[in-house]
Amino acid sequence: MRYEIRLSGEGGQGIILAGIILAESVIQDGRNVVQTQVYGPESRGGATKAEVIISDEEIDYPKAGRIDLLLALTQEACDKYWEDLKNTGTLIVDSAEVVAVPSGGFATYRLPILETAREKVGREVVANIVALGTVTAVSGVVSREAIERAVLARVPKGTEEQNVKALTAGFELAAVHVNR
Amino acid sequence: MQGTVRLMQGNQACAHAAIAAGCTFFAGYPITPSSEIAEELARLLPRMGGKFIQMEDEIAAMAACIGASIGGHKVLTATSGPGFSLKQENLGFAVYTEIPCVVVNVMRGGPSTGLPTSPAQGDVMQARWGTHGDHPMVVLAPASVREIYDLTIQAFNLSELCRTPVILLYDEVIGHMREKTEVPDPSQFKIIDRKQSTSSPDAYLPYKGDEDDVPAFVRFGEGYRYHITGLAHDERGFPTQNPRVVEAKQRRLHRKVEQRREEIVAHEAFLLDDAEIAIFAYGVTARSARAAIRTARKEGIRVGLFRPISLWPFPDLELEKLAGQVKAIVVAEMNLGQLIYEVDRVVHGQTRIVAYQKASGEPVHPEEILTAVREHR
Repeated sequence: MRYEIRLSGEGGQGIILAGIILAESVIQDGRNVVQTQVYGPESRGGATKAEVIISDEEIDYPKAGRIDLLLALTQEACDKYWEDLKNTGTLIVDSAEVVAVPSGGFATYRLPILETAREKVGREVVANIVALGTVTAVSGVVSREAIERAVLARVPKGTEEQNVKALTAGFELAAVHVNR
Repeated sequence: MQGTVRLMQGNQACAHAAIAAGCTFFAGYPITPSSEIAEELARLLPRMGGKFIQMEDEIAAMAACIGASIGGHKVLTATSGPGFSLKQENLGFAVYTEIPCVVVNVMRGGPSTGLPTSPAQGDVMQARWGTHGDHPMVVLAPASVREIYDLTIQAFNLSELCRTPVILLYDEVIGHMREKTEVPDPSQFKIIDRKQSTSSPDAYLPYKGDEDDVPAFVRFGEGYRYHITGLAHDERGFPTQNPRVVEAKQRRLHRKVEQRREEIVAHEAFLLDDAEIAIFAYGVTARSARAAIRTARKEGIRVGLFRPISLWPFPDLELEKLAGQVKAIVVAEMNLGQLIYEVDRVVHGQTRIVAYQKASGEPVHPEEILTAVREHR
């Protein structure tokens, strides 16, 4: 089975890093994975996406085409990237940033990701890690242990505690808002 | 020894493989989507006593590489289209003066500044003919992170063996992509170093080819005095207009690559044995083709992939054999027609050639290739 995840937002939000961490956690779980990205020539701003393809088989085409899970942290990214989402898929949006939420057969979760990073963890810059927590909790594609190990292996020294807090906040956010 | 399995990026694999191949010098100028190669080597090279230099531009970077190679280093530079254009003159100098070097071009959309962060396959002909004059060129085209690793080592080996520049050519997707990769133990590779001269300083002829048409090397600073010039030169390295000498040099330059065809030319055949239709594709497009083939096979369409790994020299004999077997070859490229003309030359009317070309800054989707295959089954 091929499972396609697209993480999107704007340049500077750490979307690509989140994709890399997610992909590394998949390897720890022993499956095949490919991670790619699309970003603009500017270093800040502009819609950015990172894609993670997970499969037990060989992954030929490395890009997402029929998405199982889409995360959108900005309206621009949501507008630009939602069309490939499967009807049976899942959409996670930041509830403050994404006002116009596309409708379809997919499940939609509006979660205060940026606010949680700002208010509960104390820094908006960890929103990507909060998002990773929600994505992992909602999709169940990797274990919580694997994603936590992958986060710790990637984040700068001295920020470990804050990032684990962010990841935990993401898991809690999913638990509160998502009835599964 | 066993390698390790990890998530690795294509450009990162290139940097690590360069070290494994014996590279001790990198000069470059950062440019998307190749910068991670420089970034990684800036970290790795100083640790093992190598040198990393960020030059003022791509022209100087190519010149620095040539200089370091003459000084006995194995050298690498990495760039993308705009920088590759700037390197062309010095690249030709390295061909003519027979200085080994490896040049990576991670292809982005062009011409000009184009699409810095998007993939394309528009530099295929430039890689072959970008520098002026009649010259051989070795160009290798990987399609996965692991293959970037392997072909980077191969590029260094061929460059040392033939004393000629070798170009590693891949698109942005392959360069930036991270995938689960078995990173091999470097000791499993055969590493080739350029042939050293055993003549005395007085008898040394820097441009006299041996039996394999490759002259033996002596690095500058060893007490051998010799001349290197981009002008046509004789066996001593001094300028000449003697028609016999000029032609002999020119022919030897080509011959030294041609006679190693077996070692250089490579392609991958995927499900071609019973194929009625072949897809010809390289780089990320070959991955799309492979996905399309798996789907088409389920629909009962007998289709396979011919993937050139060496773009130059072109795997013409291998493709010609295939041409007699299939009823159509779909050539998929991220340009509006480059290698398709080479395919056409080789196929020579034996079978139908169908183009699938895309130039939007996005990779070819498997569905697009599938549609082309269904139409021509």
